[in-house]
Amino acid sequence: MDDFADRPTGALSFTLNGRAVEVASLPGERLSETMRERCGARDVKIGCNAGDCGACTVLVDGAAVCACLTPAHQVAGARVETAAGLAAGDPVAERLKASFARRGAAQCGICTPGMMASAVALLRAVPAPTEAEVQDALGGVLCRCTGYRAIVEAVVAAGRGAEPAPEIAGRVGAASARIDGARKIDGTELFGDDVAPADALVVRVLRSPHPHARFSFGDLDGFVAATPGLDCILTAADIPGTNRFGVIPGFHDQPVFAEGTARHRGEAVAALVGSAEAMRGLDLAAVPVTWEPLPASLTIDEALAEGAPQLHEAAAGNVMCRGLVQKGDAEAALAAAEVTVEGRFVTSFVEHGYIEPEAGFAQMVGDRLEVHACTQAPVMDQEALAIILGLPKARIRIVPTAVGGGFGSKLDLSVQPFLALAAMRTGRPVRITYTRQESMQSTTKRHPGEIVLKIGATRDGRLTGFDFDGAFNTGAYASWGPTVANRVPVHASGPYHVADYRARSAAVYTNCPPAGAFRGFGVPQSAIAQESLMDELAGRLGIDPLALRMQNALGNGQPTATGQVFEQGVGIGACFAALQPGWARERAAAEAFNARAAAQGQPLRRGVGVAGGWYGCGNTSLPNPSTIKCGLRADGTVVLHQGAVDIGQGSNTVIAQIFATALGVGIEALALLGGDTDITPDAGKTSASRQTFVSGNAARLSALALRERILRLSNAAEDAAIRLDPGSGQIRIEDGGQVHTVALGDMAADADGYVLAATESWDPPISPLDANGQGIPYAQFGYAAQIAVVEVDTRLGTVRPLRFIAAHDVGRAINPMLVRGQVEGGIAQGLGMALMEEFIPGRSENLHDYLIPTIGDMPEVETLIVEEPDAHGPFGAKGLGEHVLIPTSPALFNAVRHATGARLTRAPATPERVLAAIREAESREAETDRNV
Amino acid sequence: MDYLLATSLNQALDALADPAAGLRVVAGGTDVYPALRDGALTDPLLDVTRVPGLRGIAETGAGWRIGAATTWTDVVRAPLPPCFDGLKAAAREVGSIQIQNAGTVAGNLCNASPAADGVPPLLALEASVELQSRRGSRLVPLGGFVTGVRQTARAPDELVVAVHVPRRPAATRSAFLKLGSRKYLVISICMVAAEITPDAAGRVARARVAVGACSPVALRLEALEARLAGLPATAAALTEAVTAADLAPLAPIDDIRGGAGYRRDAALELVRRTLAAAAGTGGISEMGHG
Repeated sequence: MDDFADRPTGALSFTLNGRAVEVASLPGERLSETMRERCGARDVKIGCNAGDCGACTVLVDGAAVCACLTPAHQVAGARVETAAGLAAGDPVAERLKASFARRGAAQCGICTPGMMASAVALLRAVPAPTEAEVQDALGGVLCRCTGYRAIVEAVVAAGRGAEPAPEIAGRVGAASARIDGARKIDGTELFGDDVAPADALVVRVLRSPHPHARFSFGDLDGFVAATPGLDCILTAADIPGTNRFGVIPGFHDQPVFAEGTARHRGEAVAALVGSAEAMRGLDLAAVPVTWEPLPASLTIDEALAEGAPQLHEAAAGNVMCRGLVQKGDAEAALAAAEVTVEGRFVTSFVEHGYIEPEAGFAQMVGDRLEVHACTQAPVMDQEALAIILGLPKARIRIVPTAVGGGFGSKLDLSVQPFLALAAMRTGRPVRITYTRQESMQSTTKRHPGEIVLKIGATRDGRLTGFDFDGAFNTGAYASWGPTVANRVPVHASGPYHVADYRARSAAVYTNCPPAGAFRGFGVPQSAIAQESLMDELAGRLGIDPLALRMQNALGNGQPTATGQVFEQGVGIGACFAALQPGWARERAAAEAFNARAAAQGQPLRRGVGVAGGWYGCGNTSLPNPSTIKCGLRADGTVVLHQGAVDIGQGSNTVIAQIFATALGVGIEALALLGGDTDITPDAGKTSASRQTFVSGNAARLSALALRERILRLSNAAEDAAIRLDPGSGQIRIEDGGQVHTVALGDMAADADGYVLAATESWDPPISPLDANGQGIPYAQFGYAAQIAVVEVDTRLGTVRPLRFIAAHDVGRAINPMLVRGQVEGGIAQGLGMALMEEFIPGRSENLHDYLIPTIGDMPEVETLIVEEPDAHGPFGAKGLGEHVLIPTSPALFNAVRHATGARLTRAPATPERVLAAIREAESREAETDRNV
Repeated sequence: MDYLLATSLNQALDALADPAAGLRVVAGGTDVYPALRDGALTDPLLDVTRVPGLRGIAETGAGWRIGAATTWTDVVRAPLPPCFDGLKAAAREVGSIQIQNAGTVAGNLCNASPAADGVPPLLALEASVELQSRRGSRLVPLGGFVTGVRQTARAPDELVVAVHVPRRPAATRSAFLKLGSRKYLVISICMVAAEITPDAAGRVARARVAVGACSPVALRLEALEARLAGLPATAAALTEAVTAADLAPLAPIDDIRGGAGYRRDAALELVRRTLAAAAGTGGISEMGHG
């Protein structure tokens, strides 16, 4: 077969971003791997290796393709363009960079290279595309952060012409562009898989193929000896410290490697470490392991059944923990209620679906371990590794990389212990990137919930009794299950006043992947039940659903379910009020549409639903301080040690805005350092919507302390203005009519090189909950109310959201652009949870069987920012991140009810389930008609 | 392992003629790589994207020839008569732009997924698959080419070189509808392609209806097609004519996307809507998704 003129010998020549390159690529290698590992084009992101996410989109001779599906040798002689190459000079990309930055169209930035490449291809072909054309062109790139709206608008705007690049400037209240936005947009941001040195060894993890199985290893040493390039196999026996980790004190039950018994499919049993070349082709199925499958419990019912296998000795009957909040006498109130409604609601495992699989690298530096990985909680990683490795914390350095989406799951350890053990064992740099499948198999999920709820009211619509019972499938290990069990009873009332209340919860172990933290910690599940029944109640009472909610909305001075009384800052009433005009307009429009459709015999029906929500910011009745450090360098630069990990939500910008405002400068003047545990104090985990609130307060206090020290240099008055001039070696203080210039070079610098520095902490004032769940769980709540408008195809069961109106009380919008980004992104996740997302272990472990919304599924969102300032919040601000998706699913369910009469009780409401519910409602109606 | 980038048909056929080589044919790679999951590729590959004549759509004496390596984007952009509207609509539903730019018509057929978007419209078009090997060439009707889930009539030494569509009357209209749980990048729960050729009197001279993702191999509903002949070629008449019994040949399964019962219900509705769309005289032809 010598006549194959172009038969590759490994050498491959093509043009990469305008430059001729020749690389040695393995025959059949994916272009994505060639780009990243041989061409240094780490802007080509790998999210799924299956064409499902589009993050790896590159242009080959101008056409957008997935590099992960393209045989590298197919591009021989072709012109390949990547996002970073385009960003470095293409005039179309130049316009897109500005329009993306202006709208915050890149949040975490992991999908942005794919979006940018796709958008450039579109704009070259269609210079001024419509929104629909943009959606068609970008439909192959998944984004989990933005909700897509900003991206669509950015591409449409770039087609209309050049916009000036937005400024990173301003103080609290300014819609500043992201302080770290440029590198997310131009593809140069470095994520977990982008930072390993070229010679790093590769770690791969051997996982259980069974949900429950005993296992034993064969001759692992022999396997290592017989496998060239394989350095070692690590198992539980190789753990120098304790083979346990967890996130909640008293609930550390998860091993790094299972010991003898695997409790869920995808659980790690061993890690293999070797050269990149050896590990690429290694068949993990060849590792000598004997599996003995055992009976498994995958659902709550199975785990609670008599004789079910016990997952953990300490949890009799597989109940990990329970939660309770009660006040008054719910049973008596319900018995006496003039009207009651009740229902049972079921939700599914939901996968976080960030486009960046867990990844990182580790190395030994002297006798210290360094772990560079994507994480939401660097100090928690450090503490957990210290226990696992038997090392003092001081010998472990965690350097967070950029995080390509987290949403709660990257709070838990994933790759870190494998990296750490492998680096310590081999003494070499080691790297790992989870495959999409192992990311989905092994990392935490949203808890499936099974909720029974009964609500009672007076005939005129006042809520009188509330009895909630929720069971949550917490999977094989505790993770954040205790948090879910605690948070749900506190929040299950929704943002309403109910005198007689009881909410019970249970977290149940099963042989599923651990369920943990996911945007809302169980509250989105409970809100589906509570807000759905509010609509049923409104229907029974003949009261408008929005009016019923306004009537019962919690107000200042009214006790919550835990007996907490806020004298200020309760913003739910204002959120509902903000929705009123849209509500009246949309309800009337839908009813007119439906009358027309019915007259024409068309199957489409429109509906408008509303739901409210609330969410306590910070840990539930547990301390959760943040510490923020800052310093002034002799050259005049102010450095902010910003340890509140930015996972795309924007804490780098928000914390900087708060800090800058308190200091009395603009954010453009600041230099930021990240959450490296060697240089930055602990600002706590990025979870519980606490960073703006808690770390924001610490940043404010730190800035005030530094400001005081600066002003003292010239004995200036408190209201003096500080003028920074980084690089000048001096600082100017304008005090009334006087201007003082202070030379900094003469001042003594501390060990960090700061001539002045400050470190301040803040911890929200809370109190423990008593046996009845009464107490002060949070220092503040944020509030939300949303309207969903949908179109339902009553013969197919498909639900198409047409529009959202979202009112969010954020206390004070530190950055309105970032607020909008959180709202749109949260709604997209709520939409996915409501309509399409269902993780089934062993069945939907990829992004084509597990569906998250695409750019075509997300309609326009009208964001209404409500500012009911909170006395505890920095500049009045409240947390927002998790609040957003709490009302989304029930608003959609209520919209379907309005459109069709069908009450949905199970998430996701797939077309099949919606159609079944419609038919049930129709037959019920027919039955009623017959009986009339 | 090897990667063979063929630059002539002879080279490709010679390579395939060697049974020891164990070559796997690759064009767009959009099915080859996902099928690996995360494993490394161990089969040697024969890349046919640079074989002259394998890409593009041309009118022939008998109809149209769609080259095997014609991408779905090529199909969308080709100037074709209305009988291809259904195929073009399907082309726009194949994965995403990225997939349509790389994935090929023959690849979609050879992958033999029950949910292959390209199969129902090509069945409705009565397409045939042209296979070549060192032994010669043969033409196999598409209905006989895809023989089961992931199974085709292609022999290991054969290469699909083209798909042939017989000439249709100028009046022939076609449509395609796909039902999925989201807008883009979605595997069908059910899909239907239909073609209607009206006669001078406005009655159905010939109807073709094919349903995908509701049986191991997409199927034409031939009994229904026969019953539709002679009816008024209007959306109302065609919609009314279709009954659940017409779907008897289907054998839908329960899977993660939908249950068998739901698929049957959805298929019935989709058949009606697709016929209405092909008739092009009003009726319900919209879809909630894609």
